[in-house]
This record gives sequence, structure tokens and C-alpha cells, in this order.
Amino acid sequence: MGLFNLFRRTKTFKHGVHPMAHKEQTAHLAIKRLPFAPKMVIPLAQHIGAPAASLVKPGQEVVRGEPIAEAGGFVSVPMHAPVTGIVRSIDHLVPTAAGPKTPAIVIDTYEASTQEVLYGLEQDLETLPREALIKAVQASGMVGLGGAAFPSHVKLLPPEGKSIETLIINGCECEPYLTCDHRVMLEQTDKLLTGIRTIMRATGAKRAIIGVEDNKLDAVNAIREKLPEEGAISCEAVETKYPQGAEKMLINSLLGKEVPSGGLPVDIGVAVYNVGTMAQLGDLIPNSRGLIERVVTVSGPGVSKPGNYLVPIGTPLRFLMEQAGSSSDANEVIVGGPMMGMTVASLDVPVTKGVSGIVVFEKEDEDQKNRPVFPCIKCGACLDVCPINLNPSMLGQLASVRQYEVMESDYHLKDCFECGCCSYVCPSNIPLTQYFRIAKAINREAKAVAA
Amino acid sequence: MSKKQKKVVEIRTSPHLKKAISVDQIMRNVVYALLPICAWSVYQFGISALALILVTTLTCILTESLFCKLSGRPNSVSDYSVIITALLLALTLPPGFPLWMAAVAGFIAIGLGKSLFGGLGYNVMNPALVGRAFVQAAFPVAITTWTPGFVTGRFVEFIPSTLAMPFMSPVNTDVWVKQHALDGFTGATPLALQKFEHVTVDTMDLLTGTVAGSVGETSALLIFVCGLYLVFRKMMDWRIPAAIFAGVTLITLPLNMINPELYPTPLFMILTGGLMLGAMFMATDMVVSPMTMKGVLLYGVVIGVLTALIRLFGGLTEGVMYAILVANALSPLIASVTQPKIYGAQKQEAES
Repeated sequence: MGLFNLFRRTKTFKHGVHPMAHKEQTAHLAIKRLPFAPKMVIPLAQHIGAPAASLVKPGQEVVRGEPIAEAGGFVSVPMHAPVTGIVRSIDHLVPTAAGPKTPAIVIDTYEASTQEVLYGLEQDLETLPREALIKAVQASGMVGLGGAAFPSHVKLLPPEGKSIETLIINGCECEPYLTCDHRVMLEQTDKLLTGIRTIMRATGAKRAIIGVEDNKLDAVNAIREKLPEEGAISCEAVETKYPQGAEKMLINSLLGKEVPSGGLPVDIGVAVYNVGTMAQLGDLIPNSRGLIERVVTVSGPGVSKPGNYLVPIGTPLRFLMEQAGSSSDANEVIVGGPMMGMTVASLDVPVTKGVSGIVVFEKEDEDQKNRPVFPCIKCGACLDVCPINLNPSMLGQLASVRQYEVMESDYHLKDCFECGCCSYVCPSNIPLTQYFRIAKAINREAKAVAA
Repeated sequence: MSKKQKKVVEIRTSPHLKKAISVDQIMRNVVYALLPICAWSVYQFGISALALILVTTLTCILTESLFCKLSGRPNSVSDYSVIITALLLALTLPPGFPLWMAAVAGFIAIGLGKSLFGGLGYNVMNPALVGRAFVQAAFPVAITTWTPGFVTGRFVEFIPSTLAMPFMSPVNTDVWVKQHALDGFTGATPLALQKFEHVTVDTMDLLTGTVAGSVGETSALLIFVCGLYLVFRKMMDWRIPAAIFAGVTLITLPLNMINPELYPTPLFMILTGGLMLGAMFMATDMVVSPMTMKGVLLYGVVIGVLTALIRLFGGLTEGVMYAILVANALSPLIASVTQPKIYGAQKQEAES
């Protein structure tokens, strides 16, 4: 391992794949503000953890930036009104990208209302104690903007007996098509660094490393220019390889450490945050504002005006796609990146806090075509790409005979984080990742029934 | 039919991208890699070799179709894997091998070696070698009767044994060989010459293939180059042949250093017989070889060591076929003891 590092150009992890990046479509386009949609839909459960509890009543007037729902527990975050308007309903069931319909606050936007946020108070970060900082992060409604949508403040409080030594800031953006983090790093470098310094103070971390894939060296240079020499924050280029942006992989690339199986980064003294999250925090916390918009990449062959849009949370996909010049006859609409994102059945799905991109395919292209499935020929391609070093071939064969418990007990099914590399390379076109998802769901159910 | 609706929204789970390479492409490229070897064998042995290749191909395709029909599976001939089996089988047979026996070998290879297990991906041993092992046991004389290559008139005249009638004892080729062969042709393979008469064939002849042997095993150099093509297309695991050569060297190098009169050099062992063809194209059969780094190396070394042991100390002159078949059988065992160590594995987990 050490020997290999000597010959390596840039830091990286073992295995992984190199899909076509398709980033040129949007990487050079500056972030553009999106107009308000006439109707905004804010699901109460758009983060991991307990759903938020509504604070408003139908018919109530809300101001852009005003809290409209409070956190439903510690692992939960509040919601803020993305627009000035009137609450139409608070328990209307809306479709979500994940599938099931969830209750949401629906707001009718006032026409010609300003995009300026009039809500919030300035606060001095330097004087705030740690606990207050963590409270402030929760109050901002911040979740991981990289896609996981995990409440950010939860990671700031390490469990008893553990501490956070190193902060890793994830600017890899390894998913094809997506460039929103790239643009954020270029355009909001100061906010990003403010956010990082705030979080370092909140966690007590001694150093922070920003990891950026080496296809975004302009971002690396932009960040390095603003960093003092020998400071606590550094910026490192890592190899452009999918899934470099998975936190376990990035930790391995940058620190050469492994997160224990079944454990969390905090077990080895690390917390990982997305650059978008940091930049938003750097913007919101000084003014004690809430998260009401985010940068979303809209790209793919089915979009005529691709770009990075600053989208109010709650904007329906249909509106966003119309603005980006995408035909509504699109064949496939993916929320997130094409490697780990979800296809949506309805364009009424709103943009939520965890949506980093919309990729639209107008018709089936070569990469998309449903190809015939052959039996596993044991070529071992999946073993050579699995970043966790699992045996997807064996797992797939077990899944096809429904040996779901064996998959978990003997072949580490739970360690799979569904990056999709195995399905991507499988020459037999076996939907391995999809099998594993089903297996996990069935095991979860079986356990719930047994309990 | 779904086009009736104006809008079709695809619902799939991730990943939504796919690398553009599939099983039939891999198999087709293996066939491409085998074609130059086939062409050389036809050039060397004439229409007898051509007939042999055509007969095994035809039998294998028919057998595959038949078994697919019987088991109600869709016809899987189009994935090209059956052609690989057929070509490999033909290449391992002696040039004057009776065609009807080749047909038997083809039937057994696909029927017993592959289809009965469930077709592509489910077989436990290399089908071509299963077919060859069967005819080796069933027709021990025919499979060890070697005829010379580069005979004048080889493109118009069959080797007499080729056209033997089914279930008749094949024509004795001794007379024909005496008439056609260059002086000194004994019908012995380089391995047999070395083993029984301690005559070592020149390395150059081994590389170019101007020696006696099976249809496609004579030119080690050509086979090696064709194998390299697959390695560069990333359609073959180069670690397997490398490990096999290492295994052979492991056994033969010390012995050769002790007694060079009796034991040949590792290079000789690697270039002779079916080792190159076996190492490059048969041991690397993805279906029957392990997948993990450790597993692949262990598997290759087992083949190399077994081949050398059979050749040097066994009753047979050639041991590649049995070495690969044994290693194929060991492959699941090798796989189970060489599962990869996962990211973030804990020590206590290894015990459970």
C-alpha cells in the first residue's frame, strides 16, 4: 500500500470506476437564480430522522425566510418559508422522489414578491459558545446537501468518549453531470471558508482538509489562494474516480484510514461535510437565517438550457425543468446523479434539501438501453471495482436464490452502500445493486417482524 | 406497445449508467483472438485441421441448440461462448483425429460439460477440456497419433485417419506418414521426445510451431500474442497465465538445476505441449476460475505445479488438461478460502 502511494500522482482509494463525466455541459456556467414557482411544496420529511412539525395554519401569511415548521426531535431540522405567500394546506400528501407520498406544507407564492430575505438577525460567531453554535446550525435547518440530507448539527456532537480531530470537506462531486459543488467552490469560496471555520469551532477539530477531485483544479487553486500558508485548513486534489465522494472513500484517500465496518467516521475522529453545506452555513449562520434555497445542477441530454440554478426549496420539478428548457416528454428524470440518484414517477416532486441535481434523458441512449441479462460468468469485474472490497458476484448469486440472510451474515451485505459500481461494470448486465437493495429491505422487514 | 401512451417515464433504480461492454462482446473477442491460431493450424495441417474445426463448431452449436430446446431455455448460441468451446476443443485434438470422434467430443463438451449444469456461467469445468478428457479416455490411440505438418498436398488431401468411419478402427497412418513426412519425423511430440529419448527440441521450433502436436498447440509464440490481445482489451486475467508459468518454474527450475540431463528447463516446459494454449485460453475461462486476487494466484500456481508434476513424474507426457480440470474442481474451494477482506474489517469479525 505504502509503495503504491509513492507512484501515485494524486491521493485516491482502491477500486472504483471511471464513468464518462459529462460535466462540460454545465461546469463553466455561473450559478443563476431561479424565479419563484407559483406554488411551493415543502415536504415535512425531507431529511433523515424525525419529520418536522408544522408551525403554520392554512390561510396564514408567511414571509420568505420565516420558520414554518420546527424540528421534530434531536435528529430533525426546522423548515423555513422559501417564498412570501399564503399557506394553502399543511397535510396535503405529495409525491417524493423516494416513492411514498408524504405530508407537505403547500404555499401559494405572492406574485412579484422579492427574492431578498428579510428575515434573520446578525450574530457574532466569534463570541457564540459551542452549544449555541450547534443550536444555531440546527435552527438553520441545515442538512447534508451532498444528497444524504442528514441533519448537520447531529454530526457536531460526537458520542461520549469520542472526539472529532479532523474535518473533511467533500468537494469531490464524483457523480457524472453534476457541477453544483464545483460552482459553489469557485463562486462562494469565502462563504465556504467561513462555514468551515464555524464548524471547526463547533466540533473542536484541529484541522480541516478540503478534498476535491483533480478534474476541478481551478476550484483547488481558488480555495488555496484564500488559505493562509500552514493554516489549519488545507485543500487537497484527489483522483477523479467514482465513488471518490463517498465519505468512507474520501477518508481513505486523504487520511489513509478506514472507517470500521458498521461504524461511523467519528469512530476514527473524523466528520465529513459537503462543500455546499459548508458554503450555505457560512452564509446562513452569521445572519441566523434558515436554509431556503440551494444550488441544483440541471443537466443531461434532455435539457436545452442546462446550468446551475439557485433553486428555492419546494420548487416543483416541472417548473424547474420548464425554466431549464426541458421537454416534459422526458423519458427519464433522475433526481441526484445518474450513479446513485432516483428516477421520479411524477414531475410534481419538489426540489428538497438533499437534491443536488436533476439529470434528464429524453430518449434511450446507448448507456441507458436495457440490455439482455446473461448469467454471471464470474469474470470478477465487480470484485475489481467494489470500493468496499465485497464480493458482489457471490452476493448476486445468493440474491438470485433468495439467500438474503447468508448475504448479510457471511458476505457483508450491510457494508454495501449501493454506489452502483458493480452494476455499472457487470458485462452480464445483472442488476446487482438493485438486488442488494431488495435484499437489505427484506432483511430489515424480517428483523422487524421478528422483533 | 407501451408507445400507445404519449409519455413513457422510465422508473428504474440507480445506477442509471452502464459501461458499454457485455458478455457477448467479451466472448466475441475471445473468438477473434482464437482465429489466428485456427488459421495457422489450417496452414500447418491443411484441410484436415479445417474439417476438424468445422465439425466441432457445428456439433457444439447443434448440441447447445438441442439442449436449450429440451430445457425450454432461450437459444444461447448467440452469446458466442459455444464457439469458444468448439474452437478450443478443435485446437486440442491431433490433426488427423477422426471427424466422427471430434463430433463425439463436441457433443460431450457442450452436453456434459456445460448444458447439463445449466449453460453459460453454471458449468464447473472448462467444457472444451471435459470433451477432450472424454475422448482421451474413449479413444486413447487416436488421440495420441500425431501426423506431421507442412505436408505437400495438405490443402487438397485429408490425412487418412480423418475420414475414418464411425465405430471402425481408424486407418493406420504409419504408411501415410512414411510417404509424406520429412526425414526423421517420428510422430513424437517434443514432450515425448524429451521424456523418453531425452532429445530437447530447439526453442525456435517450439515458438514457431514446426513440431508435432495437437492442431492448435504448436506455435507458443502465436498463442501468446493472441492472448496478449485479450489482456490489452482487459478481457482476460493475465494473472492466471503468469501464476501458471510461475508454478511450472517453481517445480522445474530446481530439478533442472540438479540434473539438466533428465529434467528440462522451465522455458521448455512452458513452450511445449498444450501449456501455452491451456494457460492463455482455458485456465482463464472466467466461469471456472476464482475471482479474488489471492484466489487467482493460488489457482494458477496449482495448475502450473500439477502440470509439471504430471509431465515429469506421471505416466503421461502431457498434463495440462488434467491439471486445469483438477484446478477447476478446486476453484470453489479456493474461492471460499480467499474471500476478499472488506474495507474497515474488524479483527473480531474475521473469527465469526
